[in-house]
Amino acid sequence: MSALFEFLLRQGDNALVLGHRVSEWCGHAPVLEEDIALANTALDLIGQTQMWLGLAGEVEGKGRSADDLAFLRDVWDFRNLLLVERPNGDFGHTMMRQFLFDAFNLVHLTELANSTDDRIAAIAEKAGKEAAYHLERSRNTVVALGDGTEESHARMQAALDALWPYVGEIFENDSVSDELAADGIAPEPASLRAAWDARVQEALAEATLRHPEGDFAHRGGKTGVMHTEHLGHLLTQMQWLQRAYPGATW
Amino acid sequence: MYAQMVKSTGKGVKTPEEMTPEERAFQARIDAGEKIEPKDWMPEGYRQTLIRQIGQHAHSEVVGQLPEGNWITRAPTLERKAILLAKVQDEAGHGLYLYCAAETLGVSRDELIDLLHEGRMKYSSIFNYPTLNWADIGAIGWLVDGAAIMNQVALQRTSYGPYARAMIRICKEESFHQRQGYDIMMKMAFGTPEQKEMAQDALNRFWYPALMMFGPSDRDSVHSAQSMAWGIKTMTNDEGRQRFVDQTVPQAEYLGLTIPDPDLKWNEERGHYDFTDPDWSEFFAVINGNGPCNADRMAARRKAWQDGAWVREGLLEHARKKAARRQAAE
Repeated sequence: MSALFEFLLRQGDNALVLGHRVSEWCGHAPVLEEDIALANTALDLIGQTQMWLGLAGEVEGKGRSADDLAFLRDVWDFRNLLLVERPNGDFGHTMMRQFLFDAFNLVHLTELANSTDDRIAAIAEKAGKEAAYHLERSRNTVVALGDGTEESHARMQAALDALWPYVGEIFENDSVSDELAADGIAPEPASLRAAWDARVQEALAEATLRHPEGDFAHRGGKTGVMHTEHLGHLLTQMQWLQRAYPGATW
Repeated sequence: MYAQMVKSTGKGVKTPEEMTPEERAFQARIDAGEKIEPKDWMPEGYRQTLIRQIGQHAHSEVVGQLPEGNWITRAPTLERKAILLAKVQDEAGHGLYLYCAAETLGVSRDELIDLLHEGRMKYSSIFNYPTLNWADIGAIGWLVDGAAIMNQVALQRTSYGPYARAMIRICKEESFHQRQGYDIMMKMAFGTPEQKEMAQDALNRFWYPALMMFGPSDRDSVHSAQSMAWGIKTMTNDEGRQRFVDQTVPQAEYLGLTIPDPDLKWNEERGHYDFTDPDWSEFFAVINGNGPCNADRMAARRKAWQDGAWVREGLLEHARKKAARRQAAE
């Protein structure tokens, strides 16, 4: 697997898996405005998936489409962060996960807009506008619920504490990122941590949430070495029609 | 139609002699095709009928997310998933405009939602049927949105201004919904034998429930006459149903699918298709809570509302704190 292909899978799989998770909320949100916003976020993420996985298939050169990559790979081929495959939990948990991801996505896409690969720069430019809007919304929701009632505060703190061990993986460098950074295609993840920390700390302070201590990190998502048990169930549902009726056109 | 069996006054239409001078003047405005606006005088029966109709229409959009949401996570391609998400998002948006239109009549969204959850307000019978295979998503767009458009196009001329204007906006989006539904049906009907079987199965299950969307036959529809006189309804139930059948039969023929009605045939003399009425006892069972999914749909909506209570309270509390801090700073 080339480093560029693997990087594009990471981008596409993050958007795909998170988009799927967010879409699970359809019709079940706390208020109609949130139903609309969640569907809109999921829609943007699926759109980003089409762009990243479309380019991945092109780079791979084996004639696989974005749909082939989304619907016909198994768990060990997926390269998304563990963070995005975590189950939704309550609404606060979903929004905290979204905030932690959006803050990374925006910082990352901003850098990718200057990629030496024009195709990547073009996708980053478009996706970056959406990510900025997603971050504004998830940040404001985290702040409001953190600084809301005693119950909403407690739930947001619990969500933050539960998700924190999935933050470290986002910023780990490896041979894939080293190679892309050397070619000016994508930044090293570790180099984005300071900008991410600044955004997150500012929001958590306003939300009156306690910044978790410790830097223990679960890893294995973006390398594909060890996903959580949850991803298999997500794929079972997502890929069912394509697997049950191979070769059909939908 | 997304509003069925909407109760009006239940007393029959008043003759001009029975009307007060205010009622006569109001009726004259309706008859002249004028739009009634929120601050205008209106009979209490007109206001209550509209609250029931618009509220039921709004609830239908919200509950209608559930049968389609049932397939979002199983949509077979990224494009289909994106289109379905866009559609469901539109529907939630329609719910929002309609609740806003109802609010102009002096009832809040929360009150209407409470009435729904207490089982004192209804939503369209169609959403009490399950979505069992992927072609159902096509059939919903093709048949259910097709039937809804037919009624909503007529409602663009309804006498209450805010409702008519909401309909104009909604109709633009609905025609996209119907097209995407028919597009799914074409892929399925012209696809593999299994896909064609799914398409036929979906049509078999959704045909009669779609016909029921227009409400009971005119002869059994006791509240329609008043709603027609007030210009709230602009087309009778049977007119809508006939128009729907006439439009849909050639589309089914193009797909090579069979409408599950052995007595369906073109009537040269009438210039319309003759068709079998739905089983009205089934319709009344569904309306009264005994459809295949009534209990599940209501349980899902109540759970979403209850589980979300802490979120709504949290957001409100934060807004209060922010306002207090702003005031303290001034």
